Amino acid sequence: MSNVTLLDPTNEAKPVTRQLATRPEKISGNVALLDISKRQGNIFLDKLEQAIEQRVSGINIKRYVKPTFSKPAPESLRQEIKENNNFVVVALAD
Amino acid sequence: MTVVKPFTISDMDGNAHEFNADRPSIICFVKEDCPTCRVALPVVSAFFERFSTNYDFYIVGQTSSGNEEIVNNFNPPFNVLDDSALKLSFDTNVETVPTLRVTNAEGEINRELIGFVKAEWKALLDEVLMRVSSEDCKIDWDGLPEWLPGCGSLSVDPLHYDRLLAESTNSPIRARKLELGSLDDQFEFMFDQGFSDGLPVIPPTPERVINMLKGTERESQEIVATMPPNMAPVTVEKIAINSVLAGCKPEYLPVVIASVEAVCTDDFNIHGVMATTMGATPVLVVNGPIRQKISMNMGLGALGQGNRANATIGRALRLIIRNVGGAVPGGTERSTFGNPMKFTMCFAEWEEQSQWEPLHIERGFDLLDSTVTAFAMSGGPSLIIDETANTGAELANTIGEATTTMLNAKAYGFSNCLIAVSPEHATTFGRDNFTKQQLREVMHQSSEKTVTELTSGTGFTPEQRQLYQELGESTRLSKFESDDDINIVVAGSPAGKCTAFFHGWIPQKIGSIPVTRKIEMK
Repeated sequence: MSNVTLLDPTNEAKPVTRQLATRPEKISGNVALLDISKRQGNIFLDKLEQAIEQRVSGINIKRYVKPTFSKPAPESLRQEIKENNNFVVVALAD
Repeated sequence: MTVVKPFTISDMDGNAHEFNADRPSIICFVKEDCPTCRVALPVVSAFFERFSTNYDFYIVGQTSSGNEEIVNNFNPPFNVLDDSALKLSFDTNVETVPTLRVTNAEGEINRELIGFVKAEWKALLDEVLMRVSSEDCKIDWDGLPEWLPGCGSLSVDPLHYDRLLAESTNSPIRARKLELGSLDDQFEFMFDQGFSDGLPVIPPTPERVINMLKGTERESQEIVATMPPNMAPVTVEKIAINSVLAGCKPEYLPVVIASVEAVCTDDFNIHGVMATTMGATPVLVVNGPIRQKISMNMGLGALGQGNRANATIGRALRLIIRNVGGAVPGGTERSTFGNPMKFTMCFAEWEEQSQWEPLHIERGFDLLDSTVTAFAMSGGPSLIIDETANTGAELANTIGEATTTMLNAKAYGFSNCLIAVSPEHATTFGRDNFTKQQLREVMHQSSEKTVTELTSGTGFTPEQRQLYQELGESTRLSKFESDDDINIVVAGSPAGKCTAFFHGWIPQKIGSIPVTRKIEMK
């Protein structure tokens, strides 16, 4: 897909950079760990899961796996993660 | 005399060739697939072989693949220069290929040959030979045609022209450019940036905006108005960008420009209109020849969907109010409910369907003027059905009674309305020669209530009670304080004994006064 240039329709008072989502003050609820299926990513996420559980209380970790690292996550997986979790960590290891 | 400004251009190997306007030069633009260029190229080659010590040669090809063909087919003695970006062709106003220009040591164009006219090329050769005091250059002129027209330069091809204009040094475009990532979806991006009214908008690429600007002769950077709450200058260019977003055609642009002029007046008070919890919004009525010129709808379904001009002109104004002016729901726009008219509400009056003076003549314009009138309306259109009235008086009474409860049955003296009478109802009025003024008078009479009635029960404020009591309990008040608060136009299908009305906002100086602006047709 080639790059596209658009002209700004506003009065240009605000910067165009993408606005970050608001950062919550603490981590709580469900935390998704998504393995992108690179080799040994599952081992890394195992260690990460242990470390998070030791340091952060009151959260519930859920593990997910992408079918392949070379393509974007399927829409159904993205939706599932989004609907069931408050945070997501995407990780790979090689 | 036209001067060629210095430029730098690369050959097919990427080596830069500079033209510094300080030596006699021959600059020739060609395209491989142009038959005339193929006739001229051997002549240019002969010129090069004979005169390359006297002139700098710049033979410029317009496509990369075409340049390769030139090299393969003609094995020219010169470097073919790569203008596949078409920047040099565009900047130097090349419209035809071949175009050959001879410049002097100051960069001034002494001679320009367009296409191939054998006599002109022979004369050029004679001039050059005389200048350099040299013997003849051998060319088989007899084997060449007397005349061949050239082909269109790619730089004026519609496929490329708008982009080139947008990118040129003298581009009419000044707006900030937003570069999207290669994986960005243009439509999602525009939603994310807040440019949309909730529906998809058309991506405002430079080419689309250049095309939109063809709808007016006004300069792109002319400031049409200053729009609150941002107090932002609304340029013709910004209007064009938002008109692209809305889906307008270039011929709609003059109407959008006039609409912006209308709403940005103190009288119209766009800031108050947008801020009110009553959810007011501009309703645009268009009069004059432009209605037919841009195929606006004034008949069946005129107040609804289906017509591009109606829908996108109103939408463009709303997007300008949002994007340039900065009136956004939840920000300075505080409407309790909003209403669908805040997406768009624009229609044309069907002037020919009644014997009444059309709106723009009532408001002081000539029949053949094209105008747009902006009304601040908070609701509607609501429908009044009367299939039994046989006289103008009866029908006027129906309309008067129907509008009595507008906003609140006791809301008297602080609102206005816009009435769209259907052609069938206009015929009923016409049969009795019942005028607009008579309709207003009947509306005043039929809505009369005493102060006692208006201060009984609920629905009125303490201030109203005090005001009315100062007038005396038996005083009779009409729904609308002034004739100016009843605006009447004709529109809608020829079938249907009904009339539509829009609920107003606060009229007159403390609220919003309708404003009409003449549309500059170009």
